[in-house]
Amino acid sequence: MKKEWPLWEVFIRSKSGLSHKHAGSLHAADAEMALENARDLYTRRNEGVSIWVVESKHVTASDPDDSDPLFEPAKDKIYRHPTFYVVPDEVKHM
Amino acid sequence: MNQYLFQLADNAIILGHRLGEWCGHAPEMELDIALTNIALDLTGQARSLYQRVAELEGLGKTEDDYAYLRDAWEFRNSLLVEQPNGDFAHTIVRQFIFDSYNYYLHQALTQSKDEWLAGFAAKSLKEVTYHLRFSAEWVMRLGDGTDTSHAKMVAAIEDLWSFSGELLAPTDSEKSLAAQGIAADLDKIKPQVEAKMAEVLAASNLSAPAGIWMQTGGKQGQHTEHLGFILAEMQFLQRAYPGQEW
Repeated sequence: MKKEWPLWEVFIRSKSGLSHKHAGSLHAADAEMALENARDLYTRRNEGVSIWVVESKHVTASDPDDSDPLFEPAKDKIYRHPTFYVVPDEVKHM
Repeated sequence: MNQYLFQLADNAIILGHRLGEWCGHAPEMELDIALTNIALDLTGQARSLYQRVAELEGLGKTEDDYAYLRDAWEFRNSLLVEQPNGDFAHTIVRQFIFDSYNYYLHQALTQSKDEWLAGFAAKSLKEVTYHLRFSAEWVMRLGDGTDTSHAKMVAAIEDLWSFSGELLAPTDSEKSLAAQGIAADLDKIKPQVEAKMAEVLAASNLSAPAGIWMQTGGKQGQHTEHLGFILAEMQFLQRAYPGQEW
């Protein structure tokens, strides 16, 4: 009976200083293989400088059915946004 | 010098071709891409080397002339790379033997007195380092895996080990180039290659046959029957439709 390789989620950092972005998923038998497979699948075209792999079973995702109670309340609370400050020119690129 | 470059280039192009045969047929999708990535790396190395030969010969030939218009007896690849893919175990054993040699070879070539060769080796070494990592890890996973995978690895080693010696057996011209500091000194890297192979095999619950007779001939243009079939496939297009391009 064939034992299937588990699924892993792959995150790639494209440039130093940026954050890892989700690039896709792949199958691998263990973490080391997952890293190499990610390197082969997701960095072939110079997409990145760093790879994180996480077994998919360790990712906990929010339930789409919960979207309303989780995300609706934040939509009309503009006082939570930092938009009422005048940013001096010297810190333009904050 | 050209014969030496052909040795390197022909190894790369023939092995690249063999790995390309796996495209669409590998046991897992990820392995399909891994093997073809390695094939592309090797083909790229072959291109650089053939282009260099063209430059040195100065006869107006191109890389394509060397790849597609030479006949089997002009090829200088070692016999190992011609061997059929067989099952995945055979492919991995073949790859691992080659990568162990190729890694230390390139490392040595980065110190070559020939500036071009040293530069080429420095760039290719990065690719070859990954190839060795990939094949060594698969040797370990398969050798130390299930009873089935172990048995297949034992069979593959039995079939292929007699082709491992030729890589490290220098021809007279290689020895002379090595003495000039141009080619890698195979006698110097041999212990490193053998140590690496022994280390990985030990970690994989595998062993290599000791003191067996090694096949040779590839470097002299005397090839196994396999090369004919490989070239027939690889060169068919250019020979049937000369001058065809994409």
